[in-house]
Amino acid sequence: MWQALREELHPQGVELVTVGLDTLGADGCRAFIEAAKPSHPSLIDRHHVVADLFGVVNIPSSVWIDEAGMIVRPAEAAPAPPRATPAPPRALPDEMPQRLKDMMVEAAKIPNHAEAYHAALRDWVEKGADSEFAMDAATVVARSRPRNADTARGHAHFELATGLEMEGRHDLAILHFREAHRLVPDSWTFRRQAWSLETFGDGPLARFWQGPLPGNEADWPYAGDWLGDIKAEGAEHYNEGWKP
Amino acid sequence: MLLKSLNVPVKEFEAGTGWQIKPEGACKGDVCIPLPEQGGTDLDIRQVAEAMNLPLVEEPQAGLYALGPESIGGKALATAVAPEMTLPDLDGNPFELSSLQGQKIIVYAWAPY
Repeated sequence: MWQALREELHPQGVELVTVGLDTLGADGCRAFIEAAKPSHPSLIDRHHVVADLFGVVNIPSSVWIDEAGMIVRPAEAAPAPPRATPAPPRALPDEMPQRLKDMMVEAAKIPNHAEAYHAALRDWVEKGADSEFAMDAATVVARSRPRNADTARGHAHFELATGLEMEGRHDLAILHFREAHRLVPDSWTFRRQAWSLETFGDGPLARFWQGPLPGNEADWPYAGDWLGDIKAEGAEHYNEGWKP
Repeated sequence: MLLKSLNVPVKEFEAGTGWQIKPEGACKGDVCIPLPEQGGTDLDIRQVAEAMNLPLVEEPQAGLYALGPESIGGKALATAVAPEMTLPDLDGNPFELSSLQGQKIIVYAWAPY
């Protein structure tokens, strides 16, 4: 859907740059990118540099940059374009494991401000700096994520973990992912990345399980898991929603 | 950025952190931080980390370090000037975000999990 939007807006001087956050690199992202057949730059970010550079804590997120290279909106939740006709509700297959059903129920509660976000995006594409949704430099900095010395240190532990994972030092990587989670508690991407590397089996959903197998809870190396954390924090707080 | 050594060529530091080394110090957009005089062509990362208040963490069992990002003014962004970002595409070809200057850019982060 972003690809179609890009094709529509590209003649107006807009480029979309997608960044796949995955320590597994091309191996993790390839199937999704090849299915989307992007005509825009489609990049792979094994160490989550977009977290360091822009303050991305969740996906999907976007950052808007103007023609002069100035950020005009910092990292924020970026829902898919609204559908012209709502997708019909689909029944979950009976054979789907209960955990995945529960995750889909929670995911459906995550705030989605697609109408407001995409109206703002089109306004900015049309009006540029005159758009009420393009922020001045001081507002961009002020609206970027909070970061102190501890959270910055958590980012360093996260990057160390991704480097260790790529060197095949998974057990060491876990120790640094844990430090990253402790120091940057508001980053869902730091947690989801680590959880996605604890896979059970090879199925297409293996990386979405993001938690312990029933009966094997003691083997789960992290304090939280997707379903437990989203229930504890409330799906309505999964992202900050969208505000002008 | 990940490091195997604490002496790093300037270009690697710049590519890894988004900070540019200039006569006035380390600069990102309109923000510059003075650095202690550097002797050779490489940067002494311990000195640079201290001067810029960048976290430096180590995993001694793997001989690997990571230098974390700045935290200036308590915010993720020190400046609204977009940093350089170089990342590979699916085929491993590096792409520089700055190559799109002159267009509006939407950087869109996603994940396959």
